Amino acid sequence: MSAPLVEVSSISRSYSMRSGMFGRSTAVHAVDAVSLSIPKGETLGLVGESGSGKSTTGRVVLGLEPPDRGEVCFGGKPMAAPGTQAWRAQRARMQMIFQDPLGALDRRLPVATQIREPLDIHGLGTPAEREDRARELLRAVELTPAHGARYPGALSGGQRQRIVLARALATKPDFLVCDEPVSALDVSIQAQVVNLLADLQAQLGLTLVFISHDLRVVRQISNIVAVMYLGRIVEIGSADDLFARPEHPYTQALVSASPAPGRRSASRIVLAGDPPNPAARPSGCAFHPRCPRAIARCASEVPTLSLVGGDRQVACHLVTGPQAETRDAA
Amino acid sequence: MAPLVSIEGLSVAFNGVPVLRGVDLALGKGEALGLVGESGSGKSVTWLAALGLLPRHAKISGSVRLDGREILGAPASELDQVRGGRVAMIFQDPASALNPVLTIRKQLCEALVLHRDLSGEAVKAEALRLLNLVGIPDATRRLSAYPHEFSGGQVQRIMIAMALAGNPDLLIADEPTTALDATIQAQILELLSTIRREMSMAMVLISHDLGVVAENCDRVAVMYAGRIVEQAPANQLFADPVHPYAQGLIGALPPLDGPRRRLTAIPGTVPDPAHMPDGCAFAPRCALAAEPCRLAVPTLAPIADDRTVACIRAEASRRALLGIAAE
Repeated sequence: MSAPLVEVSSISRSYSMRSGMFGRSTAVHAVDAVSLSIPKGETLGLVGESGSGKSTTGRVVLGLEPPDRGEVCFGGKPMAAPGTQAWRAQRARMQMIFQDPLGALDRRLPVATQIREPLDIHGLGTPAEREDRARELLRAVELTPAHGARYPGALSGGQRQRIVLARALATKPDFLVCDEPVSALDVSIQAQVVNLLADLQAQLGLTLVFISHDLRVVRQISNIVAVMYLGRIVEIGSADDLFARPEHPYTQALVSASPAPGRRSASRIVLAGDPPNPAARPSGCAFHPRCPRAIARCASEVPTLSLVGGDRQVACHLVTGPQAETRDAA
Repeated sequence: MAPLVSIEGLSVAFNGVPVLRGVDLALGKGEALGLVGESGSGKSVTWLAALGLLPRHAKISGSVRLDGREILGAPASELDQVRGGRVAMIFQDPASALNPVLTIRKQLCEALVLHRDLSGEAVKAEALRLLNLVGIPDATRRLSAYPHEFSGGQVQRIMIAMALAGNPDLLIADEPTTALDATIQAQILELLSTIRREMSMAMVLISHDLGVVAENCDRVAVMYAGRIVEQAPANQLFADPVHPYAQGLIGALPPLDGPRRRLTAIPGTVPDPAHMPDGCAFAPRCALAAEPCRLAVPTLAPIADDRTVACIRAEASRRALLGIAAE
């Protein structure tokens, strides 16, 4: 395995939230002591429900927001402070793709101009070279220069997401954070974009963070997968193995909740209760109020992420060591 | 057995642009039918048209019969008995379907007064029973809460309770779990299937998620560009899809286990309803399309018991799937 391109060491990020007009403001821990290491050219998948902190993690890793605690290293160097010259230089090497391509594009500019914009901002190449690069990028995402002359409104959802991808690739980044990039697309178009992303990653040697709630898509594209619950990583391991043999009770429920053609719902684990509220984090293991196997210890003691065999790490009091017999309960 | 609902040749056009081009569909009592297809394929419009919920400028033709009675174009007084009474509908975005300034009790009781012969305390008791039925904890107290005080999954449960207020024979669930998290989706689907069993209610589950439909329905109809292209029992459709579009949809779904393979994406995009290709609407994206495909629109024809497909290359497509070179 090559050296990690991105090294995240125990980052935390909290926001303050006030409940009601006169309520006291409380700290919401969106991300709590998350550590990740992403090898060059590989994809880390981040899964979890809304409010689990996946997007915040993506934004902190990308330097869009500073962490309250902890550090992000990119290519061996710590992220520079936002707004500085060094930060701008680093930011050109990393880009982000969001879920809603229409929201990420300017409706009043032809898309080719928008693909060129990052080159203009970072002052890369002569104007003629930028034009060429924009055309080359359009080809790379399997669109024609004719598409480039159009406005976002005249393109389909899949085509718009390709434009966003082309724009993200304009500055030749090494690192891409994709936040739910295909969630808004229809299945057949989703497959086109996933294939394209995989091809581009192979051609350009991109390192990716792929954030999604869709386990199938995450497995398809990721080498390593981290499962998040209320701002913490509860399980992390290689993609195929993690989905085939989930160890954490939450991962087991997630995998079992993912509907599959040809399977009836009889064997499904249905979790009780609502998705957790980040502002009212349960004590101990945050998952314990919904966990079908919780014991007394889970309510008082926060489990730490520890190696249970292979490259798998799990944060659960009930999963210990490589010999743990944890699956029979599932 | 006479079908509960039978739709024949249902067509809808908005401003002269056809969006539904002849849909035939029948649904038995207590049956769970899945309707899948991409956005714009006409899944929702089919039922909005059938229940007279489309705006006035929509041109609708064909026939929709509920227990043998024509309801398409029926007078509003008759439709008011059907909608919310015999046929109920729940939508993707439950929060916008509830009135934010009324309590849940008010909204539930309104539905009960409209569709059930109840009054006074009996209405309130029934509202409480429904809220308990859909699994809202502490229902007695929560009846006087407002919609914003509930989570997304709970709001969808309340919508289901309201839909059940009229004791419907048919529940149309239009993407009921699309806006919900995976574990909450599992809860809602489980609730729907329990209720359906207990009340022996028929259900139409509209979804873009093939997995959701496969797990929760007896029979599945696949729609493409305003038509049904394949109809089959759920297990057969997913094990052995015949229409090239159905095959494409299933091939585009990444597997959750086993070896990873490159996804078989369907090339191109859904045709613009204003510029429909001649012949089969799927032909421009179809790997098996031949000259005759572009001449006439294929009709839905039976290929086995309880299975129909609208494709003149159905045989070839089946052989291609089995790995035998077509021709």
